[in-house]
Amino acid sequence: MLRAEGLCHSFGAVRGLDDVSFSVQPGQTLAVFGPNGAGKTTLLKVLAGLIQPQRGSAHVEGGRRVIGWIGHQPQLYAQLTVRENLRFWASLYDASPSGELLTRLGLDEHADRPVRALSRGLVQRVAIARALVHDPTVLLLDEPFTGLDRVAAEALRRLLGNVMKQGGASVLVTHNVEEGTELATDVAFMRAGRFVHFAPRAGRGPGQVAEEYRNAIA
Amino acid sequence: MRSPDLLRHAWTVASKDLLVEFRSRTAILSVAVFVVLVLVVFNFGRDATAVSNVDLAPSILWVTFTFAAILALNRAFQLELENQALEGLLLAPIDRSSIYLGKLIANLVFVSTIEVIGVPLVALFFNVPVIQYLGPLVLTIALATVGFVAIGTLFSAMTVRTRFAELLLPVLLLPFMILPLSWAVLATGRLLAGRPLSEIAGWLNMLAVYDFVFVILAVLLFPATVNE
Amino acid sequence: MRMLQVGRWITAVGLVLLAGVYVRALAYTPVEASQGLAQKIFYLHVPAAIWAETAMVLVGLASVFYLFTKDQRLDRFAAASAEVGTIFCAIVLTSGPIWGKPIWGTWWTWDARLTSTLFLFLLYAGYLLLRSAVTDPGARARFSAVLGICGMCEVPFIHLSVYMFPTLHPMPIVLQPGRPKLPGSMLATWLFSLGVFTLLYVGFVVQRYALSYQREQRESHA
Repeated sequence: MLRAEGLCHSFGAVRGLDDVSFSVQPGQTLAVFGPNGAGKTTLLKVLAGLIQPQRGSAHVEGGRRVIGWIGHQPQLYAQLTVRENLRFWASLYDASPSGELLTRLGLDEHADRPVRALSRGLVQRVAIARALVHDPTVLLLDEPFTGLDRVAAEALRRLLGNVMKQGGASVLVTHNVEEGTELATDVAFMRAGRFVHFAPRAGRGPGQVAEEYRNAIA
Repeated sequence: MRSPDLLRHAWTVASKDLLVEFRSRTAILSVAVFVVLVLVVFNFGRDATAVSNVDLAPSILWVTFTFAAILALNRAFQLELENQALEGLLLAPIDRSSIYLGKLIANLVFVSTIEVIGVPLVALFFNVPVIQYLGPLVLTIALATVGFVAIGTLFSAMTVRTRFAELLLPVLLLPFMILPLSWAVLATGRLLAGRPLSEIAGWLNMLAVYDFVFVILAVLLFPATVNE
Repeated sequence: MRMLQVGRWITAVGLVLLAGVYVRALAYTPVEASQGLAQKIFYLHVPAAIWAETAMVLVGLASVFYLFTKDQRLDRFAAASAEVGTIFCAIVLTSGPIWGKPIWGTWWTWDARLTSTLFLFLLYAGYLLLRSAVTDPGARARFSAVLGICGMCEVPFIHLSVYMFPTLHPMPIVLQPGRPKLPGSMLATWLFSLGVFTLLYVGFVVQRYALSYQREQRESHA
């Protein structure tokens, strides 16, 4: 569903990606752990088509239409209402926002309020709604749980689970090993642009993976 | 690149921009204040016996329109930088050109609104005959506006991410504005003085060619400003 | 670095020959009837103007190829050509008024050709300003390429505008349809000067390119 082959990309003298290859099948969630500067965000951007790799290729079945991206930034227009935002983003994907999504995230009563009037926690939930408004089957998540309040984090976990159950795939990038391992079916450690470990999770617990990660990266 | 989708998405982007502007209204108010200021200052500043209204009017019109254009251009991509919406636009399965065309359309609507208000105001306060030349006047204004707004939209995509963004845009744009602007001012001047259309045909042709070249160039070059 | 040395040699030869142009222009070329001694600037002014415009066109061409190949060398060349073009443009803008004052009685008028040379200069200034305002090298190269291509496409319009507006400026007599309207010895001096300016352009660009490359090497090893 998602495939990368020999990805290489440098920023000047800095190696962003150094010969990265892997694939993710339907129903799989790949968690990529690594310190800052390891190339995790670059990897996601290449998968999303935001960066053209200098060497190698990345392929997502279905193209940009099926990709949902959740990152640090909400990607919302502050002056527009929740509903207007969702409608705008959905229309770029030739979709229309479903009421169900709003309900799932507890946004019904705020749907017609401008985003700038919302609290931070609510904005985060709207951002999640925005990312999922077009029913993506491939999710790319860049430190998605950073700064999320409990309600939003729970909602995100549930929605992720749904996508997986329906045969989607996702790549989750984070430096929080415990949190990421819970959701993962496969695990990778990344350092200086390379995968130094890539294997199915195979029943390992978060503590165990965290230990292996510390050993691998240290 | 399928045309119907391209234009449809462009219109989606444009209408979003216009909706945001309509909600915040800051740009339109700044320009309105500026228009009034220009009209008042030029009125008190001139010597009625030395400079006739007809000579002054084109300059007033174009100073106002240019200011409106620069203001719109500065804001166009600024909007996308807040909250990183630009990344969202690039992730969407739309042609990069749709983003450019959408911004271009929104900017043109903004500047045309100022022009539609500005021309009657200048005609009224400076007692300049406009109705009998309305057709060619509209054409001249339209052609010149498309030219520098097209280039300006392209440049603003680049300058918005630099330091001194608001200063850099007019500096970069200046050499590209001067030619269409001078043709437009001269043509407007001749028109308002009642000269025959044939006299300004040369300048209108140049404006049309200029627009053709630079709009196409801008559409082709825009992806390079946003793709990494 | 070898390239830098080559560049310096070419420039040195060019400068020596430039002196030669002066000697030839002042001593061996007849004085022009209506304009007198001031006309001698023509041998300096016109080739500089030709290269000021050509340098911008070359920036544009290099930019086009850069966008297709992403080859850093093209970006370095474009930057070098832009800097040299700026200098030549400045030469045109200063030699012009020196030529014009004795003949027209004024240092500056807002006529088409003067104004458009000024705007060529502003194109260059904008290009260099943009380069200095963008910190990320990849973005800098891409943005400069976009601006360079727009600049290159602007040059024909600037050029054509000369024919559209009435002007004090002399109409082209060398680069015009038909045979050049210059007498033999003047043409020879002019061609000699054009050759020298070509040499100077090459010499300066090679040096600037080499310096850029050196700086990049230093920065990546730092």
